[in-house]
Amino acid sequence: MPKVKIPRKSTSVDMTAMTDVAFLLLTFFMLATKFKPDEPVTVDTPSSISEIKLPESNVILLTIDKDGRVFFGVDGQQTKEELIKRMSANYKVNFTPQQIKEFSLMSTFGTPIAQLPALLDMKSEDRLRATQAGVPCDSLNNELADWVWQTRLINNNVRVAVKGDRETNYPVIKRVIATLQEKKVNRFNFITSMEKPE
Amino acid sequence: MSEIDSGGGGKHKGDKKRGKKMSTRVDFTPMVDLGFLLITFFMLTTSMNKPQTMEINMPVKEDLPPEEITKVKASQAVTLLLAKDNKVVYYFINPITGDPETPQITNFSKGGVRQMLLKENKSRNPFVDSIAIYRQQLNIGQINEATYRSNANRIKGFNEGLIVVIKAADKSKYINLIDILDEMLICNIGRYAIVDITDVELEMLKGVNLD
Repeated sequence: MPKVKIPRKSTSVDMTAMTDVAFLLLTFFMLATKFKPDEPVTVDTPSSISEIKLPESNVILLTIDKDGRVFFGVDGQQTKEELIKRMSANYKVNFTPQQIKEFSLMSTFGTPIAQLPALLDMKSEDRLRATQAGVPCDSLNNELADWVWQTRLINNNVRVAVKGDRETNYPVIKRVIATLQEKKVNRFNFITSMEKPE
Repeated sequence: MSEIDSGGGGKHKGDKKRGKKMSTRVDFTPMVDLGFLLITFFMLTTSMNKPQTMEINMPVKEDLPPEEITKVKASQAVTLLLAKDNKVVYYFINPITGDPETPQITNFSKGGVRQMLLKENKSRNPFVDSIAIYRQQLNIGQINEATYRSNANRIKGFNEGLIVVIKAADKSKYINLIDILDEMLICNIGRYAIVDITDVELEMLKGVNLD
């Protein structure tokens, strides 16, 4: 064995600091963010310079995707429970207590009320994958108007927010705005993404 | 690689007389991996910012008797027709004859509808530049939000200012509507309305091949 040993410096790096940073970042994300609500459809909103923020609660969210399907969502479990009971009475569609519970936990939906029990029976993963036709809002069968109207009767200070896709055709938007005006909602918000003023 | 030394001490040369000592070094590499996996999970499934909104006020849809409908001078108004392919057709009303003038075609680029709106607004409302000054004062903290708002609204409500009538054709998209409402905010136009397009205007669009 050679008597001269090559002096070797230790190559192990102390990773304690790295784990600390990793857990700090993790804690930040856990505390400062909220889970994105499961939406049946993703919408690409246009941008605007407006900086008004959407209020966190008491918001009716009407999501319109690029094919013109309208999805309705409102926050508040009690509101939703009361809402579905009233709509069930109005449209003579029966819901089991299990379905009512599912509805109060669901975020947004987009089907005519006749198909709603079937949708509620599905498990939530299947629900996201099921193609929903959209809440009808044409003049013959304006269910959207009733959903909005009943929600406003239950909770007076809901604000209506419309979240449309960039590529949505104007006639659907016009129909939704006309529906809102019929039900005396004249102030509402359009949800947009952030744009820097040039 | 990554390890935490929990008192195992330096590497002592195994002394045969002591018997085997188990090394107390724990390798923490998997913990770091876990940490980063969880961070990635949270980054992707959560969202931090509240979505921005634009406020819209639509007129009440009642049938008002003709006397109560606010009369505006036709020459004060410019009508913007949102057509397909992100194009905007606009026309003014001739103050003398009361007929629509030739429609002009423009788009949403910087030199398009914004330039026209800024020019027209400035020529009719000499005070419009002071809104920018108020905004600067607000930014440096000289005035508060309420003062800025009341001043801005006062200037925007100037009687002889530009009035914009927005009519969207069926072939336009939602993004066109939002962009034009955005332009109203950028150009500080106080009075605008979204109304239904008329057949005359549809003919106008047909005339410029934008129906």
